[in-house]
Amino acid sequence: MTTEATTYDTDEQEQEERFAELLDRYKGQAGALVPLLQGGQAIFGYLPEDVMRRVAKAAGEPLSKAVGVATFYSQFRLRPHAKHTIRCCHGTACHVSGAARISEELEKCLGIEAGENTPDMLYTIEEVHCVGACGMAPVVMINDRAHGKLTPEKAVEVVKAFKAEVEGASAGDGRGAPAGAGGREGEDT
Amino acid sequence: MAATRTLVRPAPQNPRLTVPEVDIRICLGTGGVAAGSREVLKAFEEELARQDVLAVIRPREDKCEGRTVSVTGTGCQGLCAMDPLVEIHLRRNGKSSKVTYGLVTPAMVPEIIEKHILGGEVIKKWLVLTDEGPTEYNPFYDAQEKLTLRHVGIIDPEDIDDYLEAGGYQALYKVLSEMTPAEVIDEIKRSGLRGRGGAGFPTGQKWEFAAGYQSPDGVKYFICNGDEGDPGAFMDCSALEGEPHAVFEGMAIGAYAIGASVGYMYVRAEYPLALRRIKIGLEVAEERGLLGDNIMGSDFSFHIKLKEGAGAFVCGEETALMQSIEGDRGMPRLRPPFPAESGLWRRPTNINNVETLAVVPWIITNGAAAFAARGYENSKGTKVFALAGKVNRTGLAEVPMGMTLREVIFGIGGGVKKGKKFKAVQMGGPSGGCLPESLLDLPVDYETINKTGAIVGSGGMIVIDEDNCIVDTARYFLSFTQSESCGKCPPCRIGTKRMLDLLTKICEGKGTLADLDFLEKMAEQVKIGSLCALGGTAPNPVFTALKYFRDEFEEHVVDKRCRAGICTALVTYSIDPEACTGCRACVRVCPTEAITGERKEAHVIDNELCIKCGACYEKCRFDAVRRS
Repeated sequence: MTTEATTYDTDEQEQEERFAELLDRYKGQAGALVPLLQGGQAIFGYLPEDVMRRVAKAAGEPLSKAVGVATFYSQFRLRPHAKHTIRCCHGTACHVSGAARISEELEKCLGIEAGENTPDMLYTIEEVHCVGACGMAPVVMINDRAHGKLTPEKAVEVVKAFKAEVEGASAGDGRGAPAGAGGREGEDT
Repeated sequence: MAATRTLVRPAPQNPRLTVPEVDIRICLGTGGVAAGSREVLKAFEEELARQDVLAVIRPREDKCEGRTVSVTGTGCQGLCAMDPLVEIHLRRNGKSSKVTYGLVTPAMVPEIIEKHILGGEVIKKWLVLTDEGPTEYNPFYDAQEKLTLRHVGIIDPEDIDDYLEAGGYQALYKVLSEMTPAEVIDEIKRSGLRGRGGAGFPTGQKWEFAAGYQSPDGVKYFICNGDEGDPGAFMDCSALEGEPHAVFEGMAIGAYAIGASVGYMYVRAEYPLALRRIKIGLEVAEERGLLGDNIMGSDFSFHIKLKEGAGAFVCGEETALMQSIEGDRGMPRLRPPFPAESGLWRRPTNINNVETLAVVPWIITNGAAAFAARGYENSKGTKVFALAGKVNRTGLAEVPMGMTLREVIFGIGGGVKKGKKFKAVQMGGPSGGCLPESLLDLPVDYETINKTGAIVGSGGMIVIDEDNCIVDTARYFLSFTQSESCGKCPPCRIGTKRMLDLLTKICEGKGTLADLDFLEKMAEQVKIGSLCALGGTAPNPVFTALKYFRDEFEEHVVDKRCRAGICTALVTYSIDPEACTGCRACVRVCPTEAITGERKEAHVIDNELCIKCGACYEKCRFDAVRRS
């Protein structure tokens, strides 16, 4: 799922209500499996076993099929996912412009490998195929915001600046997303 | 089936009342945003408000009495290399001027306002384009002809009135008020339009097939394929972000032609900005009666649903895409039956790519002949190409088909970055191939490019230079197709994996000449043994690489050498004591402390400790670090 600054609801009751509503909305509809999985992941941040079971039931499909679909698409996650996603683009233009070195440096900077979460569950690194900003290669996306024309050093700077913002903001109110994390401020002209 | 009721001609609800004295347009495509254009837009708004010299207006406000300035965020303006791009129109004292600045930062904004907007003086050092004379960037713009992207980068993609004011939905009106479905199909056939998604199948013929089938319950589907999976292609992304209504309009025209009442847009989740603008657009288009029930008051109803792709390259294949909409694993199925006969939910279905649909309204408005007058032999009209990689002017360029590769890469693209030597252009992504310098004078049309072993594909052109390794590039594409193979056909599932293993072995310096022959043989088998185009074309990057760059493969296996210095196992780094100034910059960046030496004395690399990361090579300002 594209992480809209990934402010998943921490309120379990509210999550449950939204999920029940989702199941209700798609119940008995043809082709509901993918949108149900997408919706479930948007609510919980990933797809725990219990969620998968209920999705399968609502879609009228066996659990094996729901799991089959969830593991087919790269979007779905079966494990918890950190709050902020740093996507290193490995599209062709980024690859030939040195994306591998950028990935390496960012992994070093956060102390994790691609696909892992930081222990505080704040950051994860993903390697993705093309975010559609090839003219700006190499590109790194932090949540929904792309950063282009990077070098390994610049990429580390950008991530460090973002971290400082996140950690500054979370010191304030616990779960606030930093400015520029995914909002579209300044776009409403 | 022409309309029996009186149709309502689409018109903007809030027409522009004022022509602002200053009209500022800032590129807010994904590329622009990546370069920081949102911050630039914000800086303009804040600085203009702070200076309080001109009244800042929203585009549709009426402030005729005052001096006004409007700030608009647009879609991709094309020349990504110079993003953020800011276009400024001044209309003052009966004169008008248009200037584009590039690489704009928030810090430059006060000077632009003071000198250019208030003082009327063009700031030459930041200039990209002006209507007063050519600049070094003119070659990028001059050869282009924008039919598909006709309003992208000009209008505000989130304001339907902007599209309507630019003539939007008039083609749909024309179709509904004066054309029969058969006439529409005939018009598209005569235009020579071919599918822009990759295969180049004639669009009109595709529509004719779908029009010819009926389902028992009368339901037919019209799908827009926005699952732009080719890494390195971003024209669909820009078209959707920059002018989503053009795509809706193209879909509605197609749906009318084939008799479909339900449409699906299948768009990658990796394009959040495009998804957002589609959602906004679909809602308002239905509200205005431009989509939905009884469009413009006619008997024609067409509803578009948005489906977000869940991340699988194979879903760009039409049968896999339909499986995915049905909520299944996106695995291609055997054709026939073709989608035109039995597609989504086993109903007659037509699928077209974003770019194909975006140009349909232009063809209806301007006529098939106007489209067919452009282009080359059997490849009519214009095509959008995405120039990226080691080319100076990266960006999106829409040109008539039949231009030579050299004209596109060196003319529009301005040649290779940093004066490096051109090695190849990769066309068609994972289904295409790398073409060498000797083929650069070929015209870009479907048939000619197919003959080389590459394909026009969706139009991505990635330039690679002497610093890129052709074996590594082939390995990159195989690692892509291998991970994206859906697993249905063993030749693709296992064959791509084995090919990848071989290429990795060669990159690691462990390959033999026999491996090259085996690689070629396996590529042939994957090609003939796969059901869909993913497997059938997955070997293309290997075929072309071996065909045009066999010497580089042989160097890897015989001489154990990678001339580009990319395959780390085949590279050694050393320091030229003559060139080394002893600045210690390399010593500081070396992660394994493999470099030693006193300040102002030549440094030395210990090859036992060196992990060949290349950090010293990148850091050295005196070209003293040598790679061999």
